[in-house]
Amino acid sequence: MTQLSINQSSDTIAIHEVSGPWRDAWKAFRKNKTALLGLGLILFFIIIAIIAPYIAPYGYKDQQLMDRLKPPSSAHWFGTDDFGRDLFTRVLFGARISLWVGFFSVIGSIVVGTVLGILAGYYGKWADMLISRLFDIVLAFPSILLAIAIVAILGPSLQNALYAIAIVNIPTYGRLVRAKVLSLKNEEYIMSAKAIGMKNNRILFSHILPNSLTPIIVQGTLGIATAIIEAAALGFLGLGAQPPDPEWGKMLSDSRQFIQKAPWTVVFPGVSIMLTVLGFNLMGDGLRDVLDPRMKN
Amino acid sequence: MSKPILEIKDLRTHFFTDRGEIPAVDGIDLYIQPGEVLGVVGESGCGKSVTSLSVLKLIPQPPGKIVSGSIVFKGKDIVPLKESEMRKIRGNSISMVFQEPMSSLNPLFTVGHQIGETIRLHRGKSHKEARIHTLDMLRKVGIASPDAILNEYPHRLSGGMRQRVMIAMSIACSPELLIADEPTTALDVTIQAQILDLIRRLNEEQGMAVMLITHDLGVVAEMCHRVAVMYAGKVVEEGSVHDIFKNPLHPYTQGLIQSVPRMSETRERLYSIPGNVPVLSMSLRGCRFAARCEHVMPRCLEAIPHLSQQEEGHSCRCWLYESTQEDAV
Repeated sequence: MTQLSINQSSDTIAIHEVSGPWRDAWKAFRKNKTALLGLGLILFFIIIAIIAPYIAPYGYKDQQLMDRLKPPSSAHWFGTDDFGRDLFTRVLFGARISLWVGFFSVIGSIVVGTVLGILAGYYGKWADMLISRLFDIVLAFPSILLAIAIVAILGPSLQNALYAIAIVNIPTYGRLVRAKVLSLKNEEYIMSAKAIGMKNNRILFSHILPNSLTPIIVQGTLGIATAIIEAAALGFLGLGAQPPDPEWGKMLSDSRQFIQKAPWTVVFPGVSIMLTVLGFNLMGDGLRDVLDPRMKN
Repeated sequence: MSKPILEIKDLRTHFFTDRGEIPAVDGIDLYIQPGEVLGVVGESGCGKSVTSLSVLKLIPQPPGKIVSGSIVFKGKDIVPLKESEMRKIRGNSISMVFQEPMSSLNPLFTVGHQIGETIRLHRGKSHKEARIHTLDMLRKVGIASPDAILNEYPHRLSGGMRQRVMIAMSIACSPELLIADEPTTALDVTIQAQILDLIRRLNEEQGMAVMLITHDLGVVAEMCHRVAVMYAGKVVEEGSVHDIFKNPLHPYTQGLIQSVPRMSETRERLYSIPGNVPVLSMSLRGCRFAARCEHVMPRCLEAIPHLSQQEEGHSCRCWLYESTQEDAV
């Protein structure tokens, strides 16, 4: 009973404050420790990516051939690679590349996927048929294989790797949005929006789109992790970033022959990939707990 | 008698499904006078909601389709109207209150935004004017502190409050006809009374015609001027509230009225009409109620009786009455 009355009084106080679904979600998110850890990791890497040029002790291209494959020391915190480049510097700059690829490939997939998903879900019929089959075709290939094929066509470069990863992931978002739109379409508030005489386009963008955002946000956060791994894999295969760009995956593949002699050359880029991916996964799971109504209670 | 504001003639709305064509609304005739409250009663699945959605042409298409008939609103048949012309009528001249106040509001927008949207849409008002109008509307539906409620999200309001908001939204453009599809079914009894009272007040003060769809005869007795009883996609009896309750003619109506629990009687078991609503299909012959009727005659299984007038303003679709003729279909 006391619990109840406390809630009620805080409710009435809160009436004039801004309160909305997003604010409530943030309140719940703040209580989730692991999600906050994820957010912390992500922010940490974002800050590193931003301030890399200011804190890096060397240039990421600078070669000191006298200091090849040196273990970690006070001069080179993470050691050096086979060209005598400072690994600490390269890992810092690598954060820029990985986050850039992660964010932009996911944004690309989300924009295209959402538009296609909404069209398929709302208009149905032949539009749905066409778009859904297209998704099925893309999903029939293992994603990394398809990405390799696309890069092979476009030519190996970091930008093309980004396009490839974006294209490969479109169906994930497209199908998610389509499914959400299909269920939203039968919601009563969509019917009541129609009953007050609202246009189809207006209903799509002001009612259906905002309500399908939550699964996209969750999937997008988790998707950045996948995209970073895929970019690293493409880099490892020599299809992504080209030398001397300090892409983490590329750094792994360049150093794999020294793995026994100079393990630090693979450990630091590897750990960086792991931590970034972990951050996005933790945060994505946390967001899902908060935003997905099925996960509540 | 003045000219009806809405006149439905021989309306047929069928659904085309995998199991074949289903005549959910199978030749309905209804009319509503200006300022009148018409109750449409019947059990679940008898086509009440489909009728109301047909009037706004909101039948999900496919599988549904208005196959034939006319819906004349203010002297104009709206069945052939284009979608863009229908949009001007919806929410403006005819509006609708749905059954579920819990899910009829978009959870992501404030109440004020959603009511204001209707006003901006049809009246072309600015945000500021719409806001003032919205406050007026909230006051009109009996919300005590409209300024606070305006900025609330639907999930923070109770069911009764949300239904008031829904009503505010649907009357925002002073429609001439309000269709209320079981507006109180999802609410508890005290709130139910308040909402019904609100609808009646709007009807009396603004002369707004109301089509009240319900399965609750108590609501009908209290609210309506006239009643149409529906069964399996057809109107089986139609007349004034007084006639329907004092002198129900159709065996189905008699059954319905008997199934209402009464405080005064000591009978232990409540009367119930045996059997179920028939599965609708195009191949149904004879009276739809024949299988459950106490007075069934051989004739009932062969031909559908016509909805014919038995007394002044009281018609019934039953072979028990001599003046009844066979229906065309």
